Amino acid sequence: MTDSANLGVDIGGTFTDVVLETGGRLFSTKVLTTYAAPEDAILDGMRQVCRKAGLSPSVLTRIIHGTTLATNALIERRGARTALITTEGFRDVIEMRTESRFEQYDLNLVLPEPLIPRDHRFTLKERVDAGGNVLHPLDRADIEALAEKLQGFDSVAVGFLHSYLRPDHERLVREVLAEKLPNLSVSLSSDVSPQMREYERFNTTCANAYVKPMMESYLGRLASRLADEGATCPIFLMHSGGGIVSIETAAQYPVRLVESGPAGGAIFAADVARRHGLDKVLSFDMGGTTAKICLIRDFTPKTARVFEVARSYRFKKGSGMPISIPVIDMVEIGAGGGSLAHVDSMRQIRVGPESAGSEPGPAAYGRGGLRPAVSDADLVLGRLDPDNFAGGTIPLHPDRSEAALRAEVGDRLGMDPVQSAFGVSEVVDENMANAARVHAVENGEDLADYTMIAFGGAAPLHAGRLCEKLGITRLLVPPGAGVGSAIGFLRAPYAFEATRSVYMRLDAFDGATAKSILSDLAEEASAFVRSCDAHATILTDAKLFMRYKGQGWEIPVALDADLTANPTTEALRDRFTQDYAALFGRAVEGLPIEITVWAVNASTPLAAAQPTPDATASDRAEGTPRRLFDPVAGAWADGQSIPRERLTDGTMADGPLAVTEAETTVIVPRGFTVTGRADGVLDIRRPG
Amino acid sequence: MSVQNQIMWNRLISIVEEQAQALIRTAFSTSVREAGDLSAGIYDRRGRMLAQAVTGTPGHVNAMAAAVAHFMREIGTDTMAEGDVYVTNDPWMGTGHLHDITVVTPVFHKGQLVAYFACTAHVVDIGGRGFGADGESIYEEGLQIPIIRFADKGEVNKTLIQMLRVNTREPDQVIGDIYALAACNEVGLRRLGSMLDEYGLPDIEALADFIVDASHDATVQAIARLPRAKASNTMTTDGYATPIVLACTVETHPDHVHVDFTGCSAPDPKGINVPFIYTVAYAAYALKIAIAPEVPNNAGSLAPFRVSAPENTIVNAKRPHPVSLRHVIGHLIPDTVFGAFDQIVPDMVPAEGAGALCNFQVSLRGPNGERSEVLTFNSGGTGARPTLDGLNATAFPSGVMTMPVEATEHAGPVVIHRKELRPDSGGAGQSRGGLGQFMEVGPRDGFAMEFRAQLDRMKFPARGRKGGAPGGPTVVQLSDGTQYPAKARFQVPEGQTVQLAFPGGGGMGEPSQRDLQAVARDVRLGYVSEEAAKRDYGWEA
Repeated sequence: MTDSANLGVDIGGTFTDVVLETGGRLFSTKVLTTYAAPEDAILDGMRQVCRKAGLSPSVLTRIIHGTTLATNALIERRGARTALITTEGFRDVIEMRTESRFEQYDLNLVLPEPLIPRDHRFTLKERVDAGGNVLHPLDRADIEALAEKLQGFDSVAVGFLHSYLRPDHERLVREVLAEKLPNLSVSLSSDVSPQMREYERFNTTCANAYVKPMMESYLGRLASRLADEGATCPIFLMHSGGGIVSIETAAQYPVRLVESGPAGGAIFAADVARRHGLDKVLSFDMGGTTAKICLIRDFTPKTARVFEVARSYRFKKGSGMPISIPVIDMVEIGAGGGSLAHVDSMRQIRVGPESAGSEPGPAAYGRGGLRPAVSDADLVLGRLDPDNFAGGTIPLHPDRSEAALRAEVGDRLGMDPVQSAFGVSEVVDENMANAARVHAVENGEDLADYTMIAFGGAAPLHAGRLCEKLGITRLLVPPGAGVGSAIGFLRAPYAFEATRSVYMRLDAFDGATAKSILSDLAEEASAFVRSCDAHATILTDAKLFMRYKGQGWEIPVALDADLTANPTTEALRDRFTQDYAALFGRAVEGLPIEITVWAVNASTPLAAAQPTPDATASDRAEGTPRRLFDPVAGAWADGQSIPRERLTDGTMADGPLAVTEAETTVIVPRGFTVTGRADGVLDIRRPG
Repeated sequence: MSVQNQIMWNRLISIVEEQAQALIRTAFSTSVREAGDLSAGIYDRRGRMLAQAVTGTPGHVNAMAAAVAHFMREIGTDTMAEGDVYVTNDPWMGTGHLHDITVVTPVFHKGQLVAYFACTAHVVDIGGRGFGADGESIYEEGLQIPIIRFADKGEVNKTLIQMLRVNTREPDQVIGDIYALAACNEVGLRRLGSMLDEYGLPDIEALADFIVDASHDATVQAIARLPRAKASNTMTTDGYATPIVLACTVETHPDHVHVDFTGCSAPDPKGINVPFIYTVAYAAYALKIAIAPEVPNNAGSLAPFRVSAPENTIVNAKRPHPVSLRHVIGHLIPDTVFGAFDQIVPDMVPAEGAGALCNFQVSLRGPNGERSEVLTFNSGGTGARPTLDGLNATAFPSGVMTMPVEATEHAGPVVIHRKELRPDSGGAGQSRGGLGQFMEVGPRDGFAMEFRAQLDRMKFPARGRKGGAPGGPTVVQLSDGTQYPAKARFQVPEGQTVQLAFPGGGGMGEPSQRDLQAVARDVRLGYVSEEAAKRDYGWEA
């Protein structure tokens, strides 16, 4: 398909990024997000990139879209008028949460309000037990009576206990409501998130129901507006798990779109990893308010099964809503260029999660910001060029940064502005390093043999120091980092993960059943992918979620092709025991092992990455002198400044060094060497 | 140096969080893996707690703060070696009852002992009479594990495993949990080792001093701002067969606060007595959350809160008094302390709340003799705050979670028929007490069930403050209406279920002063019935 023309569109909080890839070239633009009608910005951006590329929207071959609209609707509580129907006796599951306080030392703690208030939660007499048996059948007449009370609601979530084992009752509700209230949007917990643990499942279903009418309407308008412009090609949505789904599936399960933007970033990093043949990568995406960190093994981002959205209390774990969907497993912390610093009662410097945002912005912007942000520290430490920030569009004021640092940090701790800036910078870097370490350990990984790939406006300033803290010796900074997520959408495969909860103990292992579960799942997942592309090759891979009987959390155990085709007790036991010991030190002796969830992922092969050839030349670039603060020595050092375009394929320079470009600055620490690569990537390494 | 110490302090906090997460992911009992009844922390080589995971409960964390010193003495630091793991469930040296297993792992760096990791978790069974207050001495409450080696230079103590296997009702879960405790310390020590490598440090002595001194100073500064005063409070609670009086006197000094528990009842014949270590834990927690909540919890920040209690009282019960349900009294200590502290600093602390977790355990027996133990943790309402309502069905002072109903029903042949908020149980007031909850539980068809209630606040519900009304009292009954006391053990007749109403928190301020819009909201959401709104608040629809 040499004449393909694919469009990637990422709607973020501030900007809508549009990227067109055709004939091996990328054309991109950023337009302001238009909240009232988000499709306006997409159309505007599409026209701009099509004009740049000199082609008409009618020749576009596909459009891949990711958006934070669903996330923002959940955070800002701007969703549909939604009801919950649940099992009698369990009206308050989403309100009682885990019955715990996510912050143990606050007498005035306020818990987040449930997404659906108590007077919008209704119950029906029915019950299924933990074995999937019906204890109390659901009476159709009860549903019909309840339908009367649902007039005036736009959307309804249905969550019954143990419905992940037996969805019959939830389906009966859908059937009756479809007759009685045909315009009501219905989301079933057994469809949206068929997993054990009622609080997470119900909440995920409520979130889906809450954003569904809005997303359905938005996606419908988008498709018709695009068609009006001549763009009649298929439209796909990026989902939070890093794959893409049809626009119809997205409208049914909009909760799966919540983290689609950051997921695109992870796919972007995975693509860079593939071009450079890196099998262990830490992607580091740092923007204005948050930093996202993700592990990428063998060119595939790590995935997880639960995610927390709309944290209400300083990003604190537990203060948001759990959403159990397949997600790219990343940590997101309140650490960005705009994160504000202060000194707490312990005389400790704290940074974030509060952010200066774009208004008033960091003190350096001169727009009335009086508190120091991370960007102010970067400016004072010589990492940002005051006259060339954001392509020169925003002049920076170092004196205001210094004043803010002095007022909020220096005067309280008896430090000068430079020391204060150093403290702020070190604290935010350490916060990010800690998040990365925790994430790595949770995944049983040691970061020392990882390569970091950094993108997002603020990442290139901090990535070098982060590498030092994490013991990482190689860092890549790709070009186009400002629109990384939208580029990532274009690199995502068509993928679908089919899962099934079937408990099976290894000491009562049934090979024939196991084989048939795995082949059914492969069939189901492949059929979906086939519906996106009738001709592509489809790859499948299987994994089992396994644990010792009695544990509540499983570890994923990947099966190779042989084991998938011919699963045996002995081989599965060996695989599990090995993986378990690697994670937790020692295997447990003498306990039975069980499988809880079976999963098969089907996907189209990734487009062949064009490997980046090793650099041939080895020129040395000399820049202009520039003073940079060296955080390892805690003192100023004489370094240099080089424009990014000078670092062509094979051209090298030694740190300490600032590589300047229109969007940002890349800091190369002392002891590191940067080499330009053929694909425009800056390849930064610590020798030895 | 200061910046570096600050960074490493944050690192220690993240290490203990990882330690706690590893425990949750590897544990077997629902109390640990679903409810988070555990704690994890790091100690310097003098045994001072430097950081604790926030995933945990104060009774564990603050009790465990003192535990490591016992391990150092009993094991002998000169005999410690790499690969060692130590264990105990001694209530007086661990965390207050035999169901809590504490595991300590020494950390060696370049051949030197530099630190310890410790963790505690509540296991589902430890033998004896089973979890409940029925024992009349510690000997009836289960297997006692003195401070011994679980692993000796990496070699697991097979004798201990054999002992546990024959002495506990759910041996796979209990043994699995001890492995999980060892695994989580292992995760911690790997991480501490790499931090020392990264910073090129031989030990954490300087860092430990920095943490302890900074935390101590910040706490003392907060205490210095308090008025100097002395105030007393008493609170009567249900007890087992006879009511128990809890009494305390709080006195502020320039550099410390002292709580003394003179005036408390004598030890009870049944297992609701509290080892002193657990009393200290909750008294210190109450003062810390009121006075210096933002200071991280460690040996330095805990030291200025001094606690004393006469021997031979229910809050300082010695061996061999039974202590299985020490939390039922222990969880009420913060309310006791708050009642005194409120007289020193008004409008800071809440009214009385449910206090004790609303736990029950059931034993199920099947037609073929199969047995199963199922434990659940649940919460009533917290007391009203000066400017905020109490929290509905939320644990305080404990930090544990409830188990998902679906997970509980997978743990044994039990059916939870109801678990939802209990309207009208929050004490009326200008700010309203938090709501308790209703639960109803029975066996699956074909199983016989024994029920063990471990509740309080039945005869003495949570009192309001400043004109606020008390919270709703606890109710335990069969579906035919037969009533039981708050602490009881009984067979559930075939075809019946157990119906429970857990207590609400007390209100604060005169109900007539409550904002009418808040009352209207309470009625709309069904937190308060129309009748109660009319009666208590003069509300008209």
